Amino acid sequence: MSRPKNQNYKGHGLSKGKEREQRASIRFKTTLMNTLMDVLRHRPGWVEVKDEGEWDFYWCDVSWLRENFDHTYMDEHVRISHFRNHYELTRKNYMVKNLKRFRKQLEREAGKLEAAKCDFFPKTFEMPCEYHLFVEEFRKNPGITWIMKPVARSQGKGIFLFRRLKDIMDWRKGTAGKKLTSLEAPPARSTVNPSGSHDARSSDDQKDEIPVENYVAQRYIENPYLIGGRKFDLRVYVLVMSYIPLRAWLYRDGFARFSNTRFTLSSIDDQYVHLTNVAVQKTSPDYHPKKGCKWMLQRFRQYLASKHGPEAVETLFSDMDNIFVKSLQSVQKVIISDKHCFELYGYDILIDQTLKPWLLEVNASPSLTASSQEDYELKTCLLEDTLHVVDMEARLTGREKRVGGFDLMWNDGPVSREEGPPDLSGMGNFVANTHLGCVNDRNNQLRQLFRSLQNQKKVSS
Amino acid sequence: MLQEESDLSLVIAQIVQKLKGSNLYAQLERQAWASLQRPEIKLQSLKEDIKEFFKISGWEKKLQNAVYSELSVFPLPSHPAAPPEHLKEPLVYMRKAQGSWEKRILKSLNSMCTELSIPLARKRPVGEQKELLNKWNEMGTDEPDLSLFRPVYAPKDFLEVLINLRNPNYENGDSLSFRTHLGLIQVPLKVKDIPELKEFFVELGLTTGQLGIDDSTQVPPELFENEHVRIGQKVLAEQDSAAAQQYIRQGSPTALRAELWALILNISSQPEDILYYEQLKTNVIQHDLLVDSLIYKDVKLTASNDDYYFVFEDYLYQVLLCFSRDTSVLGHFAYNSASPPKSYIRGKLGLEEYAVFYPPNGVIPFHGFSMYVAPLCFLYHEPSKLYQIFREMYVRFFFRLHSISSHPSGIVSLCLLFETLLQTYLPQLFYHLREIGAQPCKVSIWFLTHRTVP
Repeated sequence: MSRPKNQNYKGHGLSKGKEREQRASIRFKTTLMNTLMDVLRHRPGWVEVKDEGEWDFYWCDVSWLRENFDHTYMDEHVRISHFRNHYELTRKNYMVKNLKRFRKQLEREAGKLEAAKCDFFPKTFEMPCEYHLFVEEFRKNPGITWIMKPVARSQGKGIFLFRRLKDIMDWRKGTAGKKLTSLEAPPARSTVNPSGSHDARSSDDQKDEIPVENYVAQRYIENPYLIGGRKFDLRVYVLVMSYIPLRAWLYRDGFARFSNTRFTLSSIDDQYVHLTNVAVQKTSPDYHPKKGCKWMLQRFRQYLASKHGPEAVETLFSDMDNIFVKSLQSVQKVIISDKHCFELYGYDILIDQTLKPWLLEVNASPSLTASSQEDYELKTCLLEDTLHVVDMEARLTGREKRVGGFDLMWNDGPVSREEGPPDLSGMGNFVANTHLGCVNDRNNQLRQLFRSLQNQKKVSS
Repeated sequence: MLQEESDLSLVIAQIVQKLKGSNLYAQLERQAWASLQRPEIKLQSLKEDIKEFFKISGWEKKLQNAVYSELSVFPLPSHPAAPPEHLKEPLVYMRKAQGSWEKRILKSLNSMCTELSIPLARKRPVGEQKELLNKWNEMGTDEPDLSLFRPVYAPKDFLEVLINLRNPNYENGDSLSFRTHLGLIQVPLKVKDIPELKEFFVELGLTTGQLGIDDSTQVPPELFENEHVRIGQKVLAEQDSAAAQQYIRQGSPTALRAELWALILNISSQPEDILYYEQLKTNVIQHDLLVDSLIYKDVKLTASNDDYYFVFEDYLYQVLLCFSRDTSVLGHFAYNSASPPKSYIRGKLGLEEYAVFYPPNGVIPFHGFSMYVAPLCFLYHEPSKLYQIFREMYVRFFFRLHSISSHPSGIVSLCLLFETLLQTYLPQLFYHLREIGAQPCKVSIWFLTHRTVP
């Protein structure tokens, strides 16, 4: 049970043993009105609570979290869909800081080669505080394109490309002047949009009163991999059940989001060519809403395999695994690992023409609104499987390596596809237990899983 | 025995004649001359030595592939006195049906032309040419006003014609009897039954491995997949067309598919192929055809309207617009029951000297035509190669899916085969569909005309 906000409550309620007991019904709460609501309502034994009712499960939005988490008491079994300080990973400036720090640490501990595995994010500078460092780098590479992104906005808002210092000097003057007045987007609370996607991460956790908008300047990837002449990025889902120890699951499905217009570097003002957020593409004159511009990852993987062969694809996907793991490891020590918390991240990955994957950003609230029938199915299954892994019904043994479309990617160490004890020699044929873009026969797997769990219970009872 | 031998020598002579005009012949000749420099070529045994040289250097294989390619479209042996239209289609009533269908299509096209007052063809002004050249790689962004255009016909219209086909020599009587087909196709063509199909598709048998089935996640790759992939790579290394065709009957590994198909179709991007494509592109830039608008409309209505986001829209224009202007496609009408429409220069109606084929390739696109090209875009990204593959596939296979003929791989036989199989093995389903007014052929005509490659 949970206590509503403004009540500093501790210690009430039944003291529960270590064993998780099965509950007759699970009370859930959420303010999102999209696929999540459908999934929650259809889950057997789950009932919705509204307003101030007590809940066992809350899929909250980040603004509620910021205001209420610290003074909400949660029983042991209660689960909530965010970590208190997720922004360490999901706000662009913090993520960059954490990654840089982690990289240095790796270099000290394991050498340059190991540290080089962290080179999956383009050179990034926080603005305005790292402005001078940025200018130094800028001067070293004249003529390349840079991208300016606000740290805490989403859906492509406020992003622009530039090649000349002059362009951002004007901008800098502009922002400096705006420091004390409100900026274009409402800074503090994010309004929950019932029909829209929920990528809104407001500028939360402000230490100062004045809502200064921070930006990052990042080296723009000028040679993206193109399909049909178009740029695209990948959306991949990673479910983190805990940070200490780090337990992360990778979902097999995901999608590639295409820009609706053909890629060219000649017009860096054309937002529609470069930004691939669905939200931006939706406003493009070419956009046809019923269709969306997405490819499922299975199709993307097969397409690449037919063009480059299976080995190159294996390498690419294992490089992506590396991105997920290293990014999570870099914030492992700073994120408050509360056992009530889990989080479903939406990773945005860009592939360049050498088939190298780059991390664009991590979203704590990936959009759960469906843009097409195919998308609806993907998100529904994703959420169902998320709830299976969270396991409010206490059905799992905790030793599973696969639940539906989720594969256990990291369990305080790499997880191998093979059964039996891990080959710790470091050599040998370690194959990671990830299947991104592979066949997702989740229905079969879930059926077998729950059947065997039921049998186990019968045997042990 | 003698007859067979003389038949064979006739075939050989015809193929040699055909190949003499090809680029391969010129290359072989050049190679033969160049090989005289080599030390192993001796004057005494010139013929054998050059043959040996061709074998080792892979040129014999190329020749073999070319011969194989010619054989695949070679007409079946026929009576020496048979007129050329028998090569196109031996049955008179089928020929007549195809002829009247063609007349209908042309009428429809001509009336659209007059209604909209758009010429069948016109030369583009220089400004427009420049614009089109700039936009060549992104023609999908064009949004011309296509509201007045309508497709010349759709598969369902074509199906109506097939339904009304009757063999005048086959008297069914006015009343329905057990001899009347319950399905839509009412012509007595011979179709294979299950035992014959099993023999024909022997590689799909239960005891033979296939990719797509025997490489699924549960099956260890050592059992079939690894070996099959290895053989595939070997076939590609050998560059043997016939072997590739046999190999692919057990499925193609994803990574090898593009190359295998190209090998089977004997497509290799030679400089002259690329030049030829560029020439077609120039034709597109210089002249605008009415069928271009039909193509645009079709792409927008079908491929671009896909539920699963078709990203290669631009490729479709680059292929189809060029295809319409490719007169080499006219060659396939020798064995196609259809004939290319003729158009006359204004004022010279009926005068053969002023007749041209319209469109230049003789193929009028219908609703869904662009779907023939769409799947190929996933495999081929170089426009001239994609073009070649599509053109070859069209003149070997796809044309049979929209012309009326008695050929066992033609659409009439395919529909009849489908209905017969369904009726024989799933009679309750067949009957039920009929009862609810969903004749199986009507339901699946789109599939049959687009997804089956004979």
